[in-house]
Amino acid sequence: MKQYETVIGLEVHVELATKTKIFCSCSTEFGGAPNTHTCPVCTGMPGTLPVLNKQVVEYAMAVGLATNCKINQFCKFDRKNYFYPDNPQNYQISQLYLPICVNGGVEIETAAGKKIIGIHEIHMEEDAGKLIHDEWEDCSLVDYNRSGVPLIEIVSEPDMRSADEVIAYLDKLRLIIQYLGASDCKLQEGSMRADVNLSVREMGTETFGTRTEMKNLNSFKAIARAIEGERARQIELLEEGKKVVQETRRWDDNKEYSYAMRSKEDAQDYRYFPEPDLVPIVISDEWLKRVKENQPELRDEKIVRYKKEYDIPEYDINILTSSKKLADMFENTIALCGKPKEVSNWLMGEAMRLLKEDEKEADEISFSPVHLAKLIGLLDSGEINRTVAKEVFEVIFREDVDPEKYVEEKGLKMVDDEGALRCVVEEVIAANAQSVLDYRSGKTKAMGFLVGQTMKAMKGKADPAVVNRILLEILG
Amino acid sequence: MDIMALTAVGLAKKMKAKEVTVKEAVEAAFANIEKYESVVNGYVTVDREGAFKRAEEVQKLIDAGKLTGSLAGVPVAVKDNMCTTGLLTTCSSRILENFVPPFSAEAVLNLERAGAVIIGKTNMDEFAMGSTTETSAYGVTKNPWNTEYVPGGSSGGSCAAVAAEECSFALGSDTGGSIRQPSSFCGVTGMKPTYGTVSRYGLIAYGSSLDQIGPIAKDVADCAAILEAIASYDPKDSTSVKRESYDFTSALVKDVTGLRIGVPKDYFGDGLDNEVCEAVLNAVKVLEEKGAVVEEFDLSLVEYAIPAYYIIASAEASSNLARFDGVKYGYRTKEYEGLHQMYKRTRSEGFGQEVKRRIMLGSFVLSSGYYDAYYIKALKTKALIKKAFDHAFEKYDMIVAPAAPTTAPKLGASLSDPIQMYLGDIYTISVNLAGLPGISVPCGIDSKGLPIGMQLIGNCFEENKIIRAAYTYEQNREFRRCPMAERGGNK
Repeated sequence: MKQYETVIGLEVHVELATKTKIFCSCSTEFGGAPNTHTCPVCTGMPGTLPVLNKQVVEYAMAVGLATNCKINQFCKFDRKNYFYPDNPQNYQISQLYLPICVNGGVEIETAAGKKIIGIHEIHMEEDAGKLIHDEWEDCSLVDYNRSGVPLIEIVSEPDMRSADEVIAYLDKLRLIIQYLGASDCKLQEGSMRADVNLSVREMGTETFGTRTEMKNLNSFKAIARAIEGERARQIELLEEGKKVVQETRRWDDNKEYSYAMRSKEDAQDYRYFPEPDLVPIVISDEWLKRVKENQPELRDEKIVRYKKEYDIPEYDINILTSSKKLADMFENTIALCGKPKEVSNWLMGEAMRLLKEDEKEADEISFSPVHLAKLIGLLDSGEINRTVAKEVFEVIFREDVDPEKYVEEKGLKMVDDEGALRCVVEEVIAANAQSVLDYRSGKTKAMGFLVGQTMKAMKGKADPAVVNRILLEILG
Repeated sequence: MDIMALTAVGLAKKMKAKEVTVKEAVEAAFANIEKYESVVNGYVTVDREGAFKRAEEVQKLIDAGKLTGSLAGVPVAVKDNMCTTGLLTTCSSRILENFVPPFSAEAVLNLERAGAVIIGKTNMDEFAMGSTTETSAYGVTKNPWNTEYVPGGSSGGSCAAVAAEECSFALGSDTGGSIRQPSSFCGVTGMKPTYGTVSRYGLIAYGSSLDQIGPIAKDVADCAAILEAIASYDPKDSTSVKRESYDFTSALVKDVTGLRIGVPKDYFGDGLDNEVCEAVLNAVKVLEEKGAVVEEFDLSLVEYAIPAYYIIASAEASSNLARFDGVKYGYRTKEYEGLHQMYKRTRSEGFGQEVKRRIMLGSFVLSSGYYDAYYIKALKTKALIKKAFDHAFEKYDMIVAPAAPTTAPKLGASLSDPIQMYLGDIYTISVNLAGLPGISVPCGIDSKGLPIGMQLIGNCFEENKIIRAAYTYEQNREFRRCPMAERGGNK
């Protein structure tokens, strides 16, 4: 059997997190009744003209800088002409001849080691509307809410050789872009879309095989399956002596197979030409400098810094920096109360657990670092014990309450009075003679039971360590 | 008083002096429309209801001293490729036969802010593609000077309406000469400003890098006042220029002493009708007598202007007109199966011949394999033409030319030979390619009784020089009313 190498390049579209669209001031907010975030410009009414949203350019620059691209300080928009109802002007304003970023790369790490995936270019363009097919009426309806939402398209070099590398690359891109706040990059919601260009060739060959393009890949798993499927399909064709046809294929993840959408030979001629309604974008040295200075610390830099500044394990550092929100929460809480290990424990432990329970991503953390810092303070000063702290944290996590107020209201403070505590301990001892005997005969587990009973009697408002100490004193 | 024989500025003065009311002016315009429209057919839509309503509002504002501008209360006609809220806007095409815009063009809004009263939308060549207004889907417009002849195009309706005194002034648009040429054919004054001066927002695009809106009126003073009203920096138009000054009326000075006028040798050779040549050169002599310095020179690249223009304008148009697809607004074919058929039938039925011709031409020159040979070459030629003008303007303050190689052709004579028709744009087209301002003023009548126009071309942002020269020239003669208006009846 011949050995085949898979060659993969990716075209990734990312919806930018601007408040308004790329060429008009309509809202980019997700959802909304159909055609309510529209205006004459983004619905292609006659006589309308585009006006560029500056924030889009800044996000594109930020992403370009973070992926080591060269920023083209003179770049232009071009029209890509094709007819389709989700495209109100029947042309898309995009960048072909002079995109804003070129020649970059990102480092990925897989089981096989580190590698740089080249980025050919990044350009800005506008999104199309959404088509909804009504089967009852046998007609199609268009919703232009999404028309004009700003996108950047990141085109990689064909440097990837496996599904693992593809996933690692997408993960890296997503992390970088989320860190920049440029997009929330959710594959499932369509704010990040990946088209896979794949070809195969015999190991050792220099020339590329014929590639196909795959679309409709809505999750990392689907991407991985599609890659495996297409590689197998192409190898089978070649083994049978047939040729791979250059075409676009749509992946059906339910059926786990792809079918040809349109042949790239019948491919549309997009008749690209410079957009006459927009002037070229000139990025001054000052502007570029300002964007560079405003770049946030990216993940790799944070990892290095955390290792130096905080005494927490590498594993923890990796998790904490896996999301900018999480990293911000970590840093902001430490800024208020210090105690990096304690903060890390809360985030790695309870926060992660609750996120999983609520089926949420780390990005969706919605409580204030002030409240976490206060909680740690209460625990530190001995006003509440760890069990209560965990309960309060859950309320902070979900409702962002002020823990000091909450503890006060619910009367959750630990009982300070050792005398009163001692009385309760003596009552528990009296009521559980068998356990006392068990303990004295060497069953150390009985101590735990007695502590538990005391805590129960105290309705949790005691420090278990103190209870333990008192019991030991009394029982010897 | 013959209200419609007054200039726009003159009429506004009378209204300010309370000698005429806005309602009376609007009534007078509609009376002439009643008289002449069945022959001239200058309008696609006449808006009596809207005009009278607006007249009432404007009168109140004038009375309260809130509207004091030089066009307050004056009835204006707007070319039908400019969006007007609530008023049908067709571009003289079937494909927009039912399009009522929900917004107005910025130039239209500026007119409204100045207190002008829009009385209707004028006929044009379909989507501004043509030189005779014969490609309109709503019938041809006839030249009020002689109804067997065309008014020119594509702003034929606007120019004819001004000439026939069916309005006090009009707005037109100019991509390759569409204000200046019909103005010369109809014996009125028309001006295309420097590219970027008047906002293109709301102007239904034909050649985006060439289009400009401009005034059409009885004289230069009117045009200057109108330009002042409609020119503005508009953030909704990314190609809008923030000019240092929007004062064009201060240029209405009768003095051309020392003004250097260049006469391109290539413009006055073969292909130019003798009578037109004579009339224009006589007009130049008048300016010379008044102190201008006149000199012949070589303006190179003249023969490349027309091919470059048609490649660029058609390319941009093929893309600009793609939105007319029956999906969102406008005409949609009645019977179809599937999307592709709907597109094909809607556009085949909705567009006229000339529009289809230019869409095909434009698509071809942008297609892969031909893009470099045609479109890129045309853009480079455009840049060289601009350079040639830059070079000329180092020596001259303005350039003179005829507005067209002939006077108006007869109806029906032009469409059978499109290329021949295209060649008629020779004197106006480079001005759009270079983004320069240009004005056409009447300078005589030929032996058929048809008007001739002299064109003055200025450097970018130098409208005031050509306004001054044109104003000085026109003081030399009386405004000539077209025979129809003179007689006050149908021909």
